[in-house]
Amino acid sequence: MEWANAIIQGILLGGLYGLFAAGLSLIFGVMRLVNIAHGDLIVLAAYLALVATQTLGLDPLASLLIVVPAMALIGYALQRLLLNRTLGDDLLPPLLVTFGLSIIIQNGLLEIFSADSRRLQAGALETAALPLAGLSIGLLPLLQFGVAVAAIAGLQLLSWRTPLGRAFRATADDPEVARLMGLDNRHVFALAMALSLAIVALAGVFLALRTNFDPAIGPARLIFGFEAVIIGGLGSLWGTLAGGILLGVAQSIGAQIDPGWQILAGHLLFLAVLAIRPQGLFPRLAA
Amino acid sequence: MTARVTHGSRIGPIIAIAALLALAAAPWWTDRQGLRLLGEIYAYAALASLWNLLAGYAGLVTVGQQAFVGLGAYTLFGLALLAGVNPLWGIPAAGLIAAIAAVPVAALTFRLRGAYFAIGTWVVAEVFRLGAAQFSALGGGSGTSLPASVLAAIGNRAAREQLFYWLALALAAATILAILLLLRSRHGLALAAIRDNETAARANGIEVDRTRLAVFVIAAAGTAMIGALIFLQKLRISPDAAFSVNDWTALVIFIAVIGGIGRVEGPLLGTALFFLLRESLSQLGSLYLLVLGAVAIAVMLLAPRGLWGLLADRLGWQLFPLARRLEPRSSAPPVPAATTPAREASP
Repeated sequence: MEWANAIIQGILLGGLYGLFAAGLSLIFGVMRLVNIAHGDLIVLAAYLALVATQTLGLDPLASLLIVVPAMALIGYALQRLLLNRTLGDDLLPPLLVTFGLSIIIQNGLLEIFSADSRRLQAGALETAALPLAGLSIGLLPLLQFGVAVAAIAGLQLLSWRTPLGRAFRATADDPEVARLMGLDNRHVFALAMALSLAIVALAGVFLALRTNFDPAIGPARLIFGFEAVIIGGLGSLWGTLAGGILLGVAQSIGAQIDPGWQILAGHLLFLAVLAIRPQGLFPRLAA
Repeated sequence: MTARVTHGSRIGPIIAIAALLALAAAPWWTDRQGLRLLGEIYAYAALASLWNLLAGYAGLVTVGQQAFVGLGAYTLFGLALLAGVNPLWGIPAAGLIAAIAAVPVAALTFRLRGAYFAIGTWVVAEVFRLGAAQFSALGGGSGTSLPASVLAAIGNRAAREQLFYWLALALAAATILAILLLLRSRHGLALAAIRDNETAARANGIEVDRTRLAVFVIAAAGTAMIGALIFLQKLRISPDAAFSVNDWTALVIFIAVIGGIGRVEGPLLGTALFFLLRESLSQLGSLYLLVLGAVAIAVMLLAPRGLWGLLADRLGWQLFPLARRLEPRSSAPPVPAATTPAREASP
């Protein structure tokens, strides 16, 4: 029973990792940019939600109404003003600029909020649970998992059914030809980053509801998201969610064996996938 | 004909030897605090030079070199505490162990391309850190210290600090010399070709993957020896300190970026600028790192080849004779290009 519980907890945690990964995977797909500051942006969203709940007295879930648009706006501005200038054939500038950004966000948050760990309080929702076949499943993790699945389904629909998704795929395939066809790549990239940070906002708020956070935890979130992308297979959104779930399950099984093994077990799964199946478990099929 | 000599590079070696002699005499012209600061400067100059070799020449942009700093430090502590080996022997042993460990690390991480390679190396470093935290014989997560009995084998405190200083200077000088010799060799030409255009390098028969693996192993060994010496001086080790991404990668990348990636002089200038900035911003607390990050971004956007790149491009400076230039043969009469294809770049 303990093990069944650990696996279910791992699956639900994996939804959150899927969210971490979806934003990372989206911008990599559209503009081949790997955002090293991704995890720190998740933490930034968590602090924005904290400020929104404290100053406006909002419920944490209601704070999404402010945090999601705010992060999307930050994403658009960041891409237009800074990151678009780094894109090109050379991979160093985007990597090093987002690395610098990561350090700026971490230390900026440290300066404003100190190193104390914080948490969003969700009141009765935190302890509410559904009994299921002798197990008790928390309502909050279940809600978070549902939101992750819905977000990834939404992204999938957007990619394949809307003009914006077509623009994303077009610039991903060939930015030069996309420009010839009348797309403004700078705008398309900025919209992709805005969407990525909207997902980051979701991830940040649910992270803050789930665990304590402090300014230094960003890089580990980046790593979890990245591991989910590689385990799932590049270029597939549902694969990314599956990668997140496998990572979550590996971590919670590791924690069940020994608390010191939680994170290590996830990393070892990642390295094993890299060794045995470097293209990931569910890569996008060639068209 | 090609030539590598410029006016600057002719006097370069003389300046380098004079500077080395002056620095080796530092115990007679500065105090203990000065020695410690200089030792730290040498360590960062060497770490940044090795990172530059990886990122600037071999196209291996890593954010996981802290794996080898920590591995080297833990090798030295492990040998000294568990096997009773003199800590000074721990330094070459650290290089050897890291070189061996670098092979499987490369086998895994080289499967990832570009920026994903960078994060992959970071994961490996995290695995090393978490592994070290599980190693209870060396204090687990809270770490351990070198006891006085181990240190007594090296000498008294003053003698020790002088020795550590010279070791740091020697390691840094040897690292930079080794990089220069590597870059001047056939392999250096291959590296420059890979840096400039990987596809063209492959097409010309350069074994890109083998060259990269060799550079990765060499850089791991050098990084680990420096890491071992850094923690021998600190006398205390813990997983979080030894495998710190901020201390051993973020600052190192910052140094290489502001100095100039892809040039041997870059990290040296970068180290000097970094320590100037650090000493003048030290009262700012965590804001100091924020300023460093902003400076790194500004340099990357405005002068992507770094400050040395800016100087070298404007003034044609070159401290070390590395760049190959074409020179017309003055004695031979000019050959009409239409009849004979110009043969250039004879070795």
